Amino acid sequence: MTLNRRAFIGTGVAAAAALSAPMVRGQGKPRVVVVGGGAGGATAARYIAKDSDGAIDVTLVEPTRAYYTCFFSNLYIGGFRELSSIGHSYGTLASDYGVNVVHDWAVGIDRDAKTVTLAGGAALPYDRLILSPGIDFVEGAVPGWDVSQQNKMPHAYKAGSQTELLKAQIEAMPEGGLYAMVAPPNPYRCPPGPYERVSMVAHLLKQINPTAKILIADPKPKFSKMALFQEGWQAHYGGMIDWIGPDFGGQNVSVNPDEMTVDIDGAVEKVDVCNVIPAQKAGKICEMAGINEGNWAPVVPATMQSRMDENIHVLGDATNQGDMPKSGYSANSQAKVAAMAVRGALTGSKVFPAKFSNTCWSLIDTDDGVKVGASYQATDEKIAKVDGFISQTGEDSALRKATYEESLGWYSGITEDMFGEA
Amino acid sequence: MRKRAIGAAALTIGLFASQALWAEEIGDAERGKDIYAKCSGCHEVGKGAENGIGPHLNGIFGRKAASVADGYRYSKGLVRAGNDGLEWHLDTLDAYIENPKALVSGTRMSFRGLKKPQDRADVLAYLRIYSDDPQNIPEADPTALAPEVELPPEILAMVGDPEYGEYLSSECKTCHQPDGNDDGIPSITNWPAEDFVVAMHAYKQELRPHPVMQMMAGRLSDEEIAALAAYFENIE
Repeated sequence: MTLNRRAFIGTGVAAAAALSAPMVRGQGKPRVVVVGGGAGGATAARYIAKDSDGAIDVTLVEPTRAYYTCFFSNLYIGGFRELSSIGHSYGTLASDYGVNVVHDWAVGIDRDAKTVTLAGGAALPYDRLILSPGIDFVEGAVPGWDVSQQNKMPHAYKAGSQTELLKAQIEAMPEGGLYAMVAPPNPYRCPPGPYERVSMVAHLLKQINPTAKILIADPKPKFSKMALFQEGWQAHYGGMIDWIGPDFGGQNVSVNPDEMTVDIDGAVEKVDVCNVIPAQKAGKICEMAGINEGNWAPVVPATMQSRMDENIHVLGDATNQGDMPKSGYSANSQAKVAAMAVRGALTGSKVFPAKFSNTCWSLIDTDDGVKVGASYQATDEKIAKVDGFISQTGEDSALRKATYEESLGWYSGITEDMFGEA
Repeated sequence: MRKRAIGAAALTIGLFASQALWAEEIGDAERGKDIYAKCSGCHEVGKGAENGIGPHLNGIFGRKAASVADGYRYSKGLVRAGNDGLEWHLDTLDAYIENPKALVSGTRMSFRGLKKPQDRADVLAYLRIYSDDPQNIPEADPTALAPEVELPPEILAMVGDPEYGEYLSSECKTCHQPDGNDDGIPSITNWPAEDFVVAMHAYKQELRPHPVMQMMAGRLSDEEIAALAAYFENIE
């Protein structure tokens, strides 16, 4: 800790204030470290800090200073949002809620000593640790592709520069060119995400390159909101989108980033843009902490505690929890349950029964929004679905427009809930 | 009394007579005509009725909310409710004239509501005369009165626990912004508790149309709804 403190005195007063705070103020106060500042981590940090009124010391570890939400990043590709409109900073969490925001990578967890090691060398002690690291990609999932190829064949499944790159590549496609997507197997982040993305790519191409084509190679026979997307693609982008499911070899795919080719079940296609979304697993820190079972971290539904370590809570995409989809909304919902459980454990505050919910909105074309959602409850075994709904095919345009407008309201709501009022 | 109502309608054209008969099953249309005096300052109804402060009410039964064609400018709240699927039928109209703001947040209809079920039934019986009655469509609007949607007084009288409400509210705040911003999703900040309770029960009973809200309200107990109402009424 002394080393850590000295390092920060060297780098600047603001940073020093941020990190030294838990040591000075934190005498005797319970400490919570949150790793990952997305929909799960930012929400958990804010709720614990807000609701404990300073009784708990909260440190949020997040490498990026400007966080771009994955949700609505497809709308940037489609031209419906500026990239800056989906970027957020952590200033309000620090200034208004007293969260110690540390921009660094968490590179190790010592579960016995209860410390998190940062890339910068510091070791942060915790009483409770919250891991909300999102996803990483399964190595070798798409033969020919690895993360070192992500500039030739972007995944754009973590938002920011990857999203920008993918959009620039689409805009640079030759007239009548081909955009290919390698879709991921279940389970993965944001089930309707790849298909909303295809819709947004089609929307963009229809305006700037209307003879271009879109090819999706998919290992899944069915996908989220399938009937709604297929109806919308037919209505808005007839003939532009070709979906190849497992019946036609959509699961048997390899790529060659140097040649810019995609091999689907032996048929080699030359492509202009190749958006590879590989199979996914929990963010690497879960593996380092040794709390995974297979690719994901199993959790106790009522509290979101790791099944391997009761001092660690895991949120969002990285978890194996049951019926909830891996979505920003789900992570935000789980964060509130975990925040309540953590406060209850550390300060004895009242703990109410866990409730979870999720809604995923997708945009198919201008003013054509659809949604799917459900409510969930904690059982001993898993987070179990209680009730749900989905938009219907053939809905009138006024309802679709209202659904889209509702998604804009939701975006404002959830980002305020994560980062505090800007 | 009722006979006279039928007689009056029969004087105009034959078709009206049969409608008056239909209407009779809802309530006392003649008494409803007197009560309608409270509405007529804003809403015209009958031959030659035009939009005024409020839209005309000819053909209201079976109509989508906020859908009068002649360029009437509705509130954002009513347009949203219409887009969500709110249609005017006996049950929805009954809830609306009981407490307009509880059924449709943000409506401009500043009317305190008819609290007596019989008054509402009679006004609706009167209004029903001026909606068409297509006999060849089997799903034509039912004319018998729907079961009461009134909440028992003990539900309305429940005092919620704001601390519990604050916890439950975290689920609301994913979409509804506490600062009262209402772009795309209506504000629920500082709603009067009674309106909140009635609105949530209207979702729970699927009178209000929105699927997300029907799902959210559907699993809240009476106590939980009271707790949320207590919290949101005084949120800063």
